[in-house]
Amino acid sequence: MTQQVLMALLAVVAGVGASLAYFFGTNLLLDRLAADGRKPDGSYLSRESTRNAIRPWLFVLPALVILGVYLVYPVFETFRLSFFDRTGTEFVGLGNYAWAIDNPEFRMAIRNNLLWLLFVPAMSTAVGLLVATLADRVSWGNVAKSLIFMPMAISFVGASVIWKFVYDYRGPDAQQIGIVNAIVVALGGEPQAWITVPFWNNFLLMIILVWIQTGFAMVILSAALRGVPEETIEAAQIDGAGEVQVFFRIIVPQITSTILVVWTTITIVVLKVFDIVLAMTNGQWGTNVLANSMYNWMFRGGGDFGRGSVIALVIMLAVVPIMVWNIRRFQAEEAMR
Amino acid sequence: MNRHVPGLRITWGRLLTHVSLLLLVTLWTVPTIGLFVSSLRDKDQLIISGWWTAFSTTERNAFGRTGAANAQVQVGGRYVIEGAFLDDPRRTIVSFGITQADLTAFGPGEAADIDGTSFTLFEDGTYRWVSDEPFSHSAGRRIFYTAAIPPTFSLQNYRDVLSSERIDRAFINTFTVTIPATVIPILIAAFAAYAFAWMKFPGRQWLFALVVGLLVVPLQMSLIPLLRMYNEIGAMFGVPSKTYLGIWLAHTGFGLPLAIYLLRNYIGGLPRDIIESAQLDGASHFEIFIRLILPLSVPALASFAIFQFLWVWNDLLVALVFLGKGDDQIVLTSSLRELLGSRGDNWEILTSGAFISIIVPLLVFFSLQRYFVRGLLAGSVKGG
Repeated sequence: MTQQVLMALLAVVAGVGASLAYFFGTNLLLDRLAADGRKPDGSYLSRESTRNAIRPWLFVLPALVILGVYLVYPVFETFRLSFFDRTGTEFVGLGNYAWAIDNPEFRMAIRNNLLWLLFVPAMSTAVGLLVATLADRVSWGNVAKSLIFMPMAISFVGASVIWKFVYDYRGPDAQQIGIVNAIVVALGGEPQAWITVPFWNNFLLMIILVWIQTGFAMVILSAALRGVPEETIEAAQIDGAGEVQVFFRIIVPQITSTILVVWTTITIVVLKVFDIVLAMTNGQWGTNVLANSMYNWMFRGGGDFGRGSVIALVIMLAVVPIMVWNIRRFQAEEAMR
Repeated sequence: MNRHVPGLRITWGRLLTHVSLLLLVTLWTVPTIGLFVSSLRDKDQLIISGWWTAFSTTERNAFGRTGAANAQVQVGGRYVIEGAFLDDPRRTIVSFGITQADLTAFGPGEAADIDGTSFTLFEDGTYRWVSDEPFSHSAGRRIFYTAAIPPTFSLQNYRDVLSSERIDRAFINTFTVTIPATVIPILIAAFAAYAFAWMKFPGRQWLFALVVGLLVVPLQMSLIPLLRMYNEIGAMFGVPSKTYLGIWLAHTGFGLPLAIYLLRNYIGGLPRDIIESAQLDGASHFEIFIRLILPLSVPALASFAIFQFLWVWNDLLVALVFLGKGDDQIVLTSSLRELLGSRGDNWEILTSGAFISIIVPLLVFFSLQRYFVRGLLAGSVKGG
């Protein structure tokens, strides 16, 4: 055990130390090699311009190399591999794409992803907005917000364990230890292995992501609510508008853009959802999604890189437009500050 | 902030606000509480009763076997067999019977008649079986009883899961992955961000635009080519393809676009005067960066650090692809997932294992909540 800790420490120090050594070392080397000197005639020779020309590249080089290897090259390579067979050696044209269109499992993954796309962002945003609104009106609002925000810190796998326990099923004669089935039994119903009930089980998995993402929506929307000018609300109240009317007619229109940001951000999370499905069902009982299907194809039967690449491209195609929109917005907001 | 002057009168609307918020908070916290309470329960009780019953005394039916004839002693002309059924001193006998159907026939301390002999089971679980004739049975007799089990909580499940399920190793491995995977991208990104913000070199704008563009690339796009590349490098040089170095670099690559983007925005916003006056004093860009920029950028660095730390700690996908599943490399999320597959019904293992894996993020969350929020807001555009 001690040895394990020492090895870990050593690895950490080596990894961090090496990157520090690079920056200090190369800069020191540059200062030495391109140090000011004297010309043959004895006059002072400044090499500052040389140093200034080289130093930026020392600064950006590691970032550029790593980005090139880990993001730029893979985008082109994935695109190329999508036209090749399972090992990436034989050209198969559009074969993998044809397979995807014909494959019922792939189509189900698309359908499920669409379901997730409809349900999770909508629910998270709506509940997040509700909590943000309610919490602003009570004295213990900050505690409430903290607690609802907490799942955000929990890993998707950890959340899956938590919820698998909530959905747990024992035989009809045994005492139920999952709270959902316990409530069902208390209300006089039949306990069920909910996770295996086709179609509806998708929603049980989605609830886990809603549980995690609501806190995120709440925090951002709460900040936006604070930005709504008090006068607009007071004016409406003087005109005799009720609480609900004020909320929908005055407050919501003023935070629409924030709602959209929250919605799209959660949409991106949803498009890449993987851990929850893998941990809860591994795509069984009709719950597969694109990211899990892609992971399966990477390793199933030694791996099929062609098919995996096609699925990766589909995910990318879905994510890019939303990301572009989001970044544009983010930059516009930064520019206004 | 209160939009409404708090009135003395409790109106229905205000009551409804309190009630609905309380309901939502309950819904949101109950699953986690269930996990935590369960992880502290006795593993035998955990599978037969819901965790919400953990705080009340429960009753459990069981049977004990008496000693055989060879355990008898002669006391004053009578034959006696003595022993105990309960091994936990806090459990007590509620009732007992001679047959399974008759569990409630006798109260503790009452004498039951068995074929002319007298059997008494006391509240503390000890029994005394008295006969005038010598006992001759060779196998102990079964006695059925109901025992009261007071709420018991212990850290036993944690001890078990740490020692038997390699969770302790996974814990260390997770730190081994997470710390460099947080520090290295920050270091590299900070230097690059400074260069993009304050140094002049050809192609600066164009390269920064490229970095921002890479924000949109989802993680999934990179996995297959990188897996192939790692395998090829491993085969070519005869080195393992799954290494800590490999996953550090992968996380660095996936975290860099966001880190550079955020830090460049922050560092670019620092006042020009301080940098120019340092340059007039003869400081090089390297010195300016180390002595001035880094200390001034601590808030931005901290926000990104927290975001990246949690992201790497909670990651499963990258770990599955780039690390092995052996004792020396498996991380918490990955071993938790293995447990879900192999020990799916051993809730004492799963609940305590899950809690160990979420305790560090929760601590970070509760101690650094403000930075955490800032990191999240910043990280909301991450492509990975």
